[in-house]
Amino acid sequence: MVHRYLPMTEQDKKDMLATIGVESVDELFSDIPESVRFKGLYDIKAAKSESALLKELKQLAAKNEDTDSNVSFLGAGIYNHYKPVIVDHVISRSEFYTAYTPYQPEISQGELQAIFEFQTMIAELTGMDLANSSMYDGGTSLAEAGMLAAGHTRRKKLLVSESIHPEYRDVVATYAYGQSIEVVTVPTNNGVTDIDKLKELIDDNTAGVMVQYPNFFGQIEDLQAIGDIAHEAKGLFIVSANPLALGILTPPGKLGADITVGDAQVFGIPESFGGPYCGYFATTSKLMRKVPGRLVGETVDQDGRRGYVLTLQAREQHIRREKATSNICSNQALLALAASVAMTALGKKGVQEMAKQNIVKTRYAKNAFEAAGFTVSFQGAHFNEIVVKTTKPVSEINKQLIQDGIIGGFDLGTVYPELENHVLIAVTELRTREEIDVLVEKMGAYNA
Amino acid sequence: MHNENQSLIFELSKEGRVGYSLPELDVPEFDLTDLLPEGFVREEAAELPEVAELDIMRHYTALSRRNHGVDSGFYPLGSCTMKYNPKINENVARLSGFANIHPLQDEATVQGAMELLYELQTSLVEITGMDEVTLQPAAGAHGEWTALMMIRAFHEANGEGHRNKVIVPDSAHGTNPASATVAGFETITVKSNEDGLVDLDDLRRVVGEDTAALMLTNPNTLGLFEENILEMAEIIHGVGGKVYYDGANLNAVMSKARPGDMGFDCVHLNLHKTFTGPHGGGGPGSGPVGVKADLIPFLPKPVLVKTDDGSFHFDYNRPQSIGRVKPYYGNFGINVRAYTYIRTMGPDGLKAVTEYAVLNANYMMRRLEPYFDLPYNRYCKHEFVLSGRRQKKLGVRTLDIAKRLLDFGYHPPTIYFPLNVEEGMMIEPTETESKETLDAFIDAMIQIANETEENPSIVQEAPHTTVISRLDETRAARTPVLRYTKVEG
Repeated sequence: MVHRYLPMTEQDKKDMLATIGVESVDELFSDIPESVRFKGLYDIKAAKSESALLKELKQLAAKNEDTDSNVSFLGAGIYNHYKPVIVDHVISRSEFYTAYTPYQPEISQGELQAIFEFQTMIAELTGMDLANSSMYDGGTSLAEAGMLAAGHTRRKKLLVSESIHPEYRDVVATYAYGQSIEVVTVPTNNGVTDIDKLKELIDDNTAGVMVQYPNFFGQIEDLQAIGDIAHEAKGLFIVSANPLALGILTPPGKLGADITVGDAQVFGIPESFGGPYCGYFATTSKLMRKVPGRLVGETVDQDGRRGYVLTLQAREQHIRREKATSNICSNQALLALAASVAMTALGKKGVQEMAKQNIVKTRYAKNAFEAAGFTVSFQGAHFNEIVVKTTKPVSEINKQLIQDGIIGGFDLGTVYPELENHVLIAVTELRTREEIDVLVEKMGAYNA
Repeated sequence: MHNENQSLIFELSKEGRVGYSLPELDVPEFDLTDLLPEGFVREEAAELPEVAELDIMRHYTALSRRNHGVDSGFYPLGSCTMKYNPKINENVARLSGFANIHPLQDEATVQGAMELLYELQTSLVEITGMDEVTLQPAAGAHGEWTALMMIRAFHEANGEGHRNKVIVPDSAHGTNPASATVAGFETITVKSNEDGLVDLDDLRRVVGEDTAALMLTNPNTLGLFEENILEMAEIIHGVGGKVYYDGANLNAVMSKARPGDMGFDCVHLNLHKTFTGPHGGGGPGSGPVGVKADLIPFLPKPVLVKTDDGSFHFDYNRPQSIGRVKPYYGNFGINVRAYTYIRTMGPDGLKAVTEYAVLNANYMMRRLEPYFDLPYNRYCKHEFVLSGRRQKKLGVRTLDIAKRLLDFGYHPPTIYFPLNVEEGMMIEPTETESKETLDAFIDAMIQIANETEENPSIVQEAPHTTVISRLDETRAARTPVLRYTKVEG
């Protein structure tokens, strides 16, 4: 058949079959047992021309309510942030996106150097000694941190704060089950990890303590206090951190974290209905040789020029096979590039300014909700999310908001039964004062 | 050739430059010390670069020029299926209705996205011959682990939690045994025979009542079809184990044989390989898993279903599910690209893909056979493995041949893999390359074979034309420098 992705002509095919010494292509498949040979064609939709398919898929996309044409206050781990336009221009360069893992460093210096720069920026933001080249997402990165902790301490229990993203906790539980690691949830008090309960639960079989920073409710945990408790019990302290918040907040590395993980989606990566995002994994020099995934290191070539290579590969699955502690191979390299470009564009000043805008605008929203008679549930320090109590079900309010072109907040009652009729409102730098005012006014009306 | 070092972005930084444009702050300003307790505010700023927009664009353009992609030239990296990445896929994935939707939006507002995922699931059920597919796993290795966790849950649900061994052929990709370990299994290696296929006698020897599963790549990493597949499935099923299909090499068998018809109980696919989601410099991937009916109850949560009224819904009510393997619903953007590709090719197109992939590989194998050793001489599927042992005797290693290929503008094949071939070179041309491209690469390989005999130093000292020469990997590993540190002064 003739197709724009298949360049062989009938004559090419004839010549090639003659070289091979067979009559037909079918002969090349004669090693497939007759009884299992698939005959005929797949029962899938017929091919469409480029323009017809584009038209169809545009119509399908248009069925969705997007965060571009609506005003979104939905966060809960994935945020509607400023995306510098150049990000997409860089990652659209096909020298990057049509390459694979940089196994041949002489022709992959671009990718390798970009990853080295990513590793540096993540290490800077988290205050950790080093970072890897990326993980699938924040959730699986947290799970891998738990596995590392269990392997390193030879202990079989993880203490996981209830204020960590519920879906992240679910992923940790799935990985932990595979490794026969017990997962114990540490309850919250007033929207933050309950320190007294943590002290009660921790013991000499605790491999690690996991918290989120800022946590799922937008509240900022007291990392120093939690880290001290973890270390006293000789467990590792694992922090899942929003790297944008670290533009302003004291980095986990300065507060005793042994491993800091999270998702760099906040840097230039679209919401994309769940992925691809960009997990990161940062840790101390002490744990360097136990890091999952790929690491890029600096070295020199035969002429003394600086260059970059994949390094410390003895940790990885393709060398260690069944002795490997992680099976990650493909990661999220292109998204790490996207995040690097966004972090570069924001730079030292922009990341602080953007983080600050998130805090300040969220404080404005908090005040506006309270002024309108709403109760804001947790009163501790917040980043860009607050919990607002409603009297009507959140799902009902959100159904009305979408009619006004507003994507409402996350319905906390769906995952925290005790927080029925509580909504998690995210306010990023992209939300204007007017949009916030309209949200508060509409929610007031629909909640009455 | 450049002689100076390529600058790092940090070295271009100059205090006072900006590359961003944030919205105006239109709410009252607060002092951070009023909003955050003492000790919560960072004392030292993160040292991110301070550069203007053109600096950024030039920097990354310079880096891109130091990188080889499929669009730059031929990339016959075995087992990675480096085929053309269609541009329409990129446009579709960037449509606002796909790129700018939040995973936690009300289902009623994302029915278009859910419909696309459902259609993709349905297509992959047909392509694999399985009963159900989950699109959640983020990459191939993640899919392997997901499927093994389901097999574990299946055995436990049947009161057979003692089944703790996963059998993996010696030619398997490293992720197979690593995934087994992460899923809590012990790996048993089964040998290959002199034909490069799994040794059935050895397989019979290693199976037992503790066998949980056999993981099999078919065609295997030598590019050979495991023609005893039905006997193998029978041996495993006979002792109560499950048969797992590593779909890394599906490009070789589409429309020719389906895992579901070959006795496999589950399969993972690499949508970034066979289905053209671009490789992205090492990711993102997408590693859907297909299963037969008896594994369906164990699928990760949530499961995307079509309801009676024709709408789409994420079903969380799955009491036997292994749980979540990833937040949200998988690498949606890659799934959009794969779906676009399947719709671009259609049933005839996917069949032609496999036929040309296999034709191309066999053609290259026959043309190169006189110049390099071919340890397993039979029809190959989408790829084949040459051995450089003849050249090694002349002092030229496979690594040298790979480096010499760089001088011709090619990405080399996968080298030193699979482990059961001495000085292996695994070549996968894919179906999207023209005969002219294949011939030019073959000519380069022949020239290198001749150079090895006549002037080996030109091969041993390669590459000669790249922006950098061979790098000191030992130094990188002995004294790791994993981040930039500003030199003061």
